[in-house]
Amino acid sequence: MRLLSDSIGRKVVMAITGLLMVLFVVGHLLGNLSIFAGPNGINAYAEKLHGLPQVVWATRVVMLTAVALHIVLSIRLTLENRAAKPTAYAVDRRLRVTFAGKNMIWTGLLLGGFIAFHLLHFTVRSVPGLDIVQGLDGHGRFDVFSMVVAAFGHVVTAVVYVVAMAALFLHLSHGIQSTFQSLGLNNAKTMPGFLKFGSVLSVIFLLGYGSIPVAIFFGLIAK
Amino acid sequence: MSATEHGTMNLKLIVWRQSGPDKPGRFETYDAKNITPHHSFLEMLDVVNEDLIKAGKDPIAFDHDCREGICGACSAVVNGVPHGGQERTTLCQLHMRKFKDGDAIYLEPWRARAFPILRDLIVDRTALDRLVQAAGFVSCHTGGVADGNAILIGKPEADYAMDAAECIGCGACVAACPNGAAMLFAGAKVAQLAELPQGQVEAPQRVAAMVKAMSDNDFGNCTNHYECEGACPKGVKVKFIARLNREFTKALFQETLGTISTNRGTSKE
Ligand code: HEM
Ligand code: FES
Repeated sequence: MRLLSDSIGRKVVMAITGLLMVLFVVGHLLGNLSIFAGPNGINAYAEKLHGLPQVVWATRVVMLTAVALHIVLSIRLTLENRAAKPTAYAVDRRLRVTFAGKNMIWTGLLLGGFIAFHLLHFTVRSVPGLDIVQGLDGHGRFDVFSMVVAAFGHVVTAVVYVVAMAALFLHLSHGIQSTFQSLGLNNAKTMPGFLKFGSVLSVIFLLGYGSIPVAIFFGLIAK
Repeated sequence: MSATEHGTMNLKLIVWRQSGPDKPGRFETYDAKNITPHHSFLEMLDVVNEDLIKAGKDPIAFDHDCREGICGACSAVVNGVPHGGQERTTLCQLHMRKFKDGDAIYLEPWRARAFPILRDLIVDRTALDRLVQAAGFVSCHTGGVADGNAILIGKPEADYAMDAAECIGCGACVAACPNGAAMLFAGAKVAQLAELPQGQVEAPQRVAAMVKAMSDNDFGNCTNHYECEGACPKGVKVKFIARLNREFTKALFQETLGTISTNRGTSKE
């Protein structure tokens, strides 16, 4: 039996890496929402976080490994599954399959692209053709607030982030409940609860993350 | 116009015709005339076939045996759904009262790489038998006929195993699955046996062999759409797939810790 080659083993790895990413997404959202507290909120939060380089780097290593494993396995999964179902039915009628479930690979790949862009944008802070505002605030801290507010003042950037969050919403509205099933934690009694939990959490992510570019674009958060 | 108790209906059938396993297939349109609401779906096909035979044409080949919803032989995808989409109903138990005069009905064989088409609506489902041969059994000595209650089994455990054993092996789960996976079939088998004392002994070896047999036999992987549960004519639940995943993870743990080997026991090398 092997974790990375058996069909169910690979699903377990998909589920664990997915779950790790979900945990990250929860933490990242809580941190990001400090932007609603103004420059003192998010700049102080960022400074505190970067005062813990071990935590930051450990998270980066774990998350990048998780993302890489998740992507490689998901591509293999999708290719194998397409090969196992070579012909579609003439009538495309589905009893349970959802739009989100059917498009996991596409919302996933979109998220993969977004993660790369997002890291270049706000972590590496170097995207060809994008002017990224970088400076210090009045307390001598890196001014995350001004960088983000300036970025989401541009309609294209704001739209890119909102679209990515829509993809995250779709991916997780299937993915979260799927994790419990893949890990064998599900049964008939828990199923409705897990389905609801997945939907509610993914809506929270959509509204929580989505609110930031939207609020900034419409001037609700400004310098 | 809906068919009444006495009225008959005329339908259009758009049927997949394929003369042999590696032959090209195509849809052909036929009229199903004078069908009563009391006809079962298969009886309706009998009527159409009689007309085809009288006209000197090849009848539509379809699988059937018991015609009472217990054997799992009947199998066709009706308007995109295996067995036609009436809850807990095999195709042979689907009745024409569910259709209206003038309806067009698409009829296709189960489609999955693991189920090659033999002819028209008939597919080769022996891949499911191979899963059972690889892992769907208990290999302890049973001796003579034992007393009915010599091994005590609780009512909830017996019911759980019985719910899993409701599977009639028709393959609708594979046909419905967008990934051509057999996880519901395999999950039901693994869960049924792992739940009972006779099957518990070999549970880790069984789940390992089952998962391997699924990929060896060209089935896909589960992505938790639960389409199989929707299509199952016996109401077998995806909780058995979760059980399969649980049994797999448990066995993998035990093997990694070195407390068991999944190469012994049921595997026969
Ligand atoms: C980076 C590119 C990504 C790709 C290509 C991708 C692709 C996929 C695919 C194809 C599945 C399988 C669908 C299923 O079996 O249910 C899946 C599952 C999942 N994904 Fe992603 N995904 C990506 C990113 C993410 C991210 C960023 C998260 C979380 C924030 C995530 C969370 C999940 C979860 C929780 C599951 C369900 C796990 C399971 O039950 O197997 N994925 N992903
Ligand atoms: S013919 Fe036996 S179940 Fe339908």
